[in-house]
Amino acid sequence: MIGLLADVVGRVSDQATTSTTTIPVPCSISSGGAKITSVCSDTNSLHISVAYRSILPVLVLVIGALALLAISAVLPKRSRPGLYALLTVAIGGLALIASVWQWSDIGNINAHVPAGAQAALNYRLAHQLTIGQQVFYDRFSVLFMALVSVATILGAMTTDSYLRREGLDGVEAYVLMLMAGTGAMLMAASAGLIMLFLGLEIMSISLYVMAAYHRRRTQSGEAGLKYFVLGAFSSAIFLYGVALVYGATGSTQFLEMANFLGANSLSHNGILLAGMALLIVGLGFKVAAVPFHFWTPDVYQGSPTPFAGYMAAVAKAAGFAGLLRVLDMGLSTQQANWRPAIWLMAVLTLLVGSVMAIAQRDLKRMLAYSSISQAGYVLVGLQAASSTGTAGALFYLFTYTFIIMGTFAIISIIQGRGEARNDLGAVRGLAKRRPLLAAVLLVFLLAQAGVPFTTGFLAKFYVIQAAVQSGQYVLAIIAMLSAAIAAFFYLRVALLMYGTEGEAVAGAPGVSGGAGVSGGAGAGDGSILAGLQPIPSLDGATATATLLDPPAVDEKVRLPVAVALGICAAFTIAAGLSSPMIDFARHATTLFNLK
Amino acid sequence: MTVPGAWYLVLAAVLFGLGATGLLIRRNVLVMFMCVELMLNAVNLTFVTFARLLDDVGGQVSVLFVLVVAAAEVVVGLAIIVAMFRRRAAATADDIHVLRG
Repeated sequence: MIGLLADVVGRVSDQATTSTTTIPVPCSISSGGAKITSVCSDTNSLHISVAYRSILPVLVLVIGALALLAISAVLPKRSRPGLYALLTVAIGGLALIASVWQWSDIGNINAHVPAGAQAALNYRLAHQLTIGQQVFYDRFSVLFMALVSVATILGAMTTDSYLRREGLDGVEAYVLMLMAGTGAMLMAASAGLIMLFLGLEIMSISLYVMAAYHRRRTQSGEAGLKYFVLGAFSSAIFLYGVALVYGATGSTQFLEMANFLGANSLSHNGILLAGMALLIVGLGFKVAAVPFHFWTPDVYQGSPTPFAGYMAAVAKAAGFAGLLRVLDMGLSTQQANWRPAIWLMAVLTLLVGSVMAIAQRDLKRMLAYSSISQAGYVLVGLQAASSTGTAGALFYLFTYTFIIMGTFAIISIIQGRGEARNDLGAVRGLAKRRPLLAAVLLVFLLAQAGVPFTTGFLAKFYVIQAAVQSGQYVLAIIAMLSAAIAAFFYLRVALLMYGTEGEAVAGAPGVSGGAGVSGGAGAGDGSILAGLQPIPSLDGATATATLLDPPAVDEKVRLPVAVALGICAAFTIAAGLSSPMIDFARHATTLFNLK
Repeated sequence: MTVPGAWYLVLAAVLFGLGATGLLIRRNVLVMFMCVELMLNAVNLTFVTFARLLDDVGGQVSVLFVLVVAAAEVVVGLAIIVAMFRRRAAATADDIHVLRG
């Protein structure tokens, strides 16, 4: 599809030299065979017109982050608890309003597309490839900007009470969150590999610090260090892929790459294939696709809980935005080469994520594997390489943001001060202690399991539908199987929350008889925990006894967290009933299917 | 005597491989960190070589971006390492073993 686009662009740029059209033509795109020069006439005049409206939410976040730093320098330390969170929510809200405005602005651009394929293309490139041709101004970008804005709002709401409980309150967390959001937005909007790399690094460097944010917890520093070393490793791999693809195609711009590959068939495509593989590996690390997922459980477990939610939502979404841009736009002509690789990654990610999650006893670790498995569904949508698949993947990422941030927010409440209780036992009897909280967590768990009347079901439905439409029946069946496996560990948590002792024993197949017996008098209750947490039989009784103590944590839900949870749950149910979201997602793929 | 461009590409690939191998087998976090730098510089060499071969300025400009980002990464990375190993004798990755499962 982009190949066709490329041909047309080639013709347009040839004609542009003779015709007197007033629309600026991207001069660096030349027809196949000829040497591609990146220096074009309008950049030679040292004047690059910057269409600020195409990066409005990014500007809001950057300026907001700097303003927060300035304000914190002026105000006395700890003057107003919660002030920074409030300001961050306001900044996120402004960014969300800006992206909504952008959406309608692009509607205006779309409304004035002239008739005729060539003129329409000319018009689109002039209006939607902005800022020195580095940024796409399409609804795909805008949808991700809205996603990041929403995640920043929810993140600030849930972070505040966590930081105050842990005695870490300060402006840095919010500034880092805003900067990470900036990078994610730039990744989604990138029109070239260098822009993509810059966005990736802006996001990743902020996330490394966020992972290591909890000064007094050893796990947090360790998570930060692991994330940093493996993140830097994957960035280097990604960058080598950029260099090789640049060498093979002569450009780092997606449209020029597609143009070149559409017009020329390479006699030796080894460099291109190697570069493509390295790009997939580098971005695969960022989205935590198997087999590049090793860092995920450690980092999610060690990071401060609300930040883990932010990572799971934003870093994953931005990584997938990058993959979609690179594979579906830049390398769309190489589908035959990358689709099998993505197919294999999708299968591995789906199965390994679900199966490994069953074996986990730590809530955050379990959610990390669960989020790996969820990434598999997005890969199914990506693998379809169709506008249906892309729309399904976008829908999945957008709805998953609400689900996963809500889930991590609840975990940060029930884990108690100092993240004392992260094991599965912490949710036991939650329905009795906190019925409403348990109900909300149940909604999120059911949504992740893909139960109908939640967004999780629709999201899985759309990506599997895309797989079936592209003839990938095996992949569709594996995706459904994986959902069945995953339902087991989501429902296990639900049973722990709601079950009376007897029901829970019957419903927890992980119970091991021997450990249950060693649990002694509290066998009915203890066997669940013993089954989940293998205890050496000698000190089984004491260990079970300590586990059976009701969690002595303050499970008070502060107002901002309650509001955030309400938003997440309401969206998960409401958008699951009848969803205009999928229409938004379909609108967002306009630049992908210029057939 | 002119050196063919392919030699530079091979040299870069070897450097990149050395960096990647070093990162995977060395236990000292600072050395692992230097291996990442080696990989990034191998990428820079690749960029410059391709820029020369293609007679295109884009690759050379990319190198500047990579250098700046690498510098930023060094700052954050060293800060995390210092925070992590302030109370320990040696900065080895073997000490990082709390998180596992």
